Amino acid sequence: MSTSAGAAEHAHEHAQHPEHSHEGGHDAGHHEGHDHGSFWSTYVFSVDHKMIAKQYMFTGMLMGLIGGFFSYVFRMQLAYPGFHVPGFGVVSPGEYNALITNHGTIMIFWLAMPVLIAAFGNYLIPLMLGCDDMVFPRINRLSYQIFLISALVLIASWFVPGGGFGGAWTAYPPLSAKSQYNLTPLGSTMWVLAVGLEFVAFLLGGINFVTTAMNSRAPGMKMFDIPMVVWMIVIASILFMGSVGPLVAGAVMLVFDQTIGTGFFDPVRGGDPILWQHLFWFFGHPEVYVVLLPAVGIVAEIITVFSRKKLFAYKTVLYTALGTGVLSFFVWAHHQFVAGIDPRMANVFTATTVLISIPIAEMMFVYVATLYGGSIRLATPMLWALAFIGEFIIGGVTGIFLGSSGSDIYFHDTYFVLAHFHYTFVPIAVIAVFAGVTYWYPKMFGRMLNETLGKIHFWGTVIPFNGIFIPLFITGMGGDHRRIYNYNNFPDLARPDLQHMRQFATVSLLVLLAFQIPFFINFFLSMKKGRLAGNNPWQANTLEWQTVSPPPHGNFAELPNCYRGPYEYSAPDRESDYWPQNEPS
Amino acid sequence: MRPIATTRSATGIPTGRLAVWWVIASEIVIFGGLLGSYIMHRIGHPEFGGYAAHTNTVAGAFNTFVLLTSSLSAVLAHKAAEAKDGPKAFKFLWLTFLGGLVFLTVKSFEWHHEISEGFTITRNAFWSFYYCAAGLHACHIIGGMIIMAIISFDVKQNKELQRVELIGLYWHFVDVVWIFLFPLLYIAK
Repeated sequence: MSTSAGAAEHAHEHAQHPEHSHEGGHDAGHHEGHDHGSFWSTYVFSVDHKMIAKQYMFTGMLMGLIGGFFSYVFRMQLAYPGFHVPGFGVVSPGEYNALITNHGTIMIFWLAMPVLIAAFGNYLIPLMLGCDDMVFPRINRLSYQIFLISALVLIASWFVPGGGFGGAWTAYPPLSAKSQYNLTPLGSTMWVLAVGLEFVAFLLGGINFVTTAMNSRAPGMKMFDIPMVVWMIVIASILFMGSVGPLVAGAVMLVFDQTIGTGFFDPVRGGDPILWQHLFWFFGHPEVYVVLLPAVGIVAEIITVFSRKKLFAYKTVLYTALGTGVLSFFVWAHHQFVAGIDPRMANVFTATTVLISIPIAEMMFVYVATLYGGSIRLATPMLWALAFIGEFIIGGVTGIFLGSSGSDIYFHDTYFVLAHFHYTFVPIAVIAVFAGVTYWYPKMFGRMLNETLGKIHFWGTVIPFNGIFIPLFITGMGGDHRRIYNYNNFPDLARPDLQHMRQFATVSLLVLLAFQIPFFINFFLSMKKGRLAGNNPWQANTLEWQTVSPPPHGNFAELPNCYRGPYEYSAPDRESDYWPQNEPS
Repeated sequence: MRPIATTRSATGIPTGRLAVWWVIASEIVIFGGLLGSYIMHRIGHPEFGGYAAHTNTVAGAFNTFVLLTSSLSAVLAHKAAEAKDGPKAFKFLWLTFLGGLVFLTVKSFEWHHEISEGFTITRNAFWSFYYCAAGLHACHIIGGMIIMAIISFDVKQNKELQRVELIGLYWHFVDVVWIFLFPLLYIAK
């Protein structure tokens, strides 16, 4: 772990130098001179939304590397129990639990959230809306600082006596509430603290995003002229704000149960362990849509640009996103079908859960309709966007089995569940993130990524991704239980005949991890050596492409006005096939 | 220097006011989750009524009165700020601050008494909820008082007068939370 962390930090430093050299040349913004602060005021305590976005992105990528390393360690243990894992050593049962817990926690709270919402939100919202910054730049900076502290608290929790928390990312009591069960008195409390701080950071960020989008649009930009990705990040922020509150309260209760011995989740003293499950999943299920919607928004931007077509049914996408948001508050108990809830309630939640697949399916159809008849160009960002649609559908369809309370009783807590949500989360947090990074990289760093390396990375990620999780669907249907350290310890669960599939999944993971190397080479080399991008290399309409790359502090030499919607591609009667939003007609 | 983004107002609502409403929205969900959990437990455990009988309803009622009165002074501070009378708004802000202080003082006597009788936070789920909900609310009172103290000095010099309205909105919210807490924790026996 220390090696991967060190490498990424080193890379981080590299990332900043070209940025610095560019800033001198592009000081056309109206906040002239503001950029030439010290290292600290430019990179560490910056209030510029683009720098904060990069801070979020690099922190998220670094945490993602750690999370990926964790998955490598525990997959090795599952494929080859007791094996001396290179770079880690022999995995003990307690370490195994801590690894899977922190893998899940990191990938959702310290990779998906910071990169999809905070990094893209911060970078894109002011640029796409045609303004110079967020409405509250200092709250924005505070948001990142709290986020950074939360990441440090989480990392520190792995090194305290007793080790990191091992009660799974869902942290169900009584395992999470009592140190005599979880054996991590410090680790479990620090875990809750880190997650709580992360929530505060995203509440601050979310208020900034929503307020900026509501109030600071360029003159002339009406509601339906807002690019879809901005809408999606704003809806996601509102969903987050509406769902996280009960879990904040629940986190306070859990910390009190852990540290001062209250009995909120202890039935002996009038508490209820199921209460946590309700509080957790009331947040946890909308959270799926909190990260899904920005991913869907990124894909919308990319498929319109690379098929040179107007987004098919803009308003339909928007209304289905809002509908999804509302519905997502009424599906949470499908996580508790076997936890002892009333079977009549289970029927209700089955109905809402199956219902929510309708708006999502509608979005996917809209995207396919957008592609239909377009002049499609398969550049790297487009490949990622198409892969998102294809892979996410597998995740969505397998969800039907789990949302139906009858079949869920069999599938509950098996690798089928695990494969299902990885088929949703990997398209969101990996595939859509790479789509976004490869698409906006020229704007962020002023240079193009290498297409060949990009395609090697694309195929080397997407193919092994399926190689990991298709076998796990099968082992899950065969009864493989989740969160088992070593099947050989449980003769009833062992299924030695499935071992080759567990090994196949692990080897696929190794291949996937190895193919991230071309990405990092491409990412950091292109900052210096890449072809200069110019303002608008993809010939896109949205406002961020109408300024220099990378944009200076203040973003635009002159703040733009908006004259039309974001997806006017291939308009008849026009010579060029795109029509920037800020070009007077 | 404020970015131009901060000065725009596509909705017609000033940016600061809009943001405070979003803060309040997220706070409603936090208290909603806590109180919702409490109500579910209260319904499932009739014996909570017996525990609630040990709370001091008179002190709670007095505190309700104090908090409502402090909301009045917050409104008067806003009115003074609207009239561009910074020094007057300053006085009313500190009167509101005093209301918060009285509330906290009464509360600390209450808690001291209850703890000395053995009704601590670990006694059972009712007392855990009691201290948690009232404690979270008290933290909001303290936070509001600190913000009021910080902004009052600019306000006195007729600077950033819009902040009087913003802290007032927050203070009313904290007040409304107490209107829910008081019957739920003290009266429902």
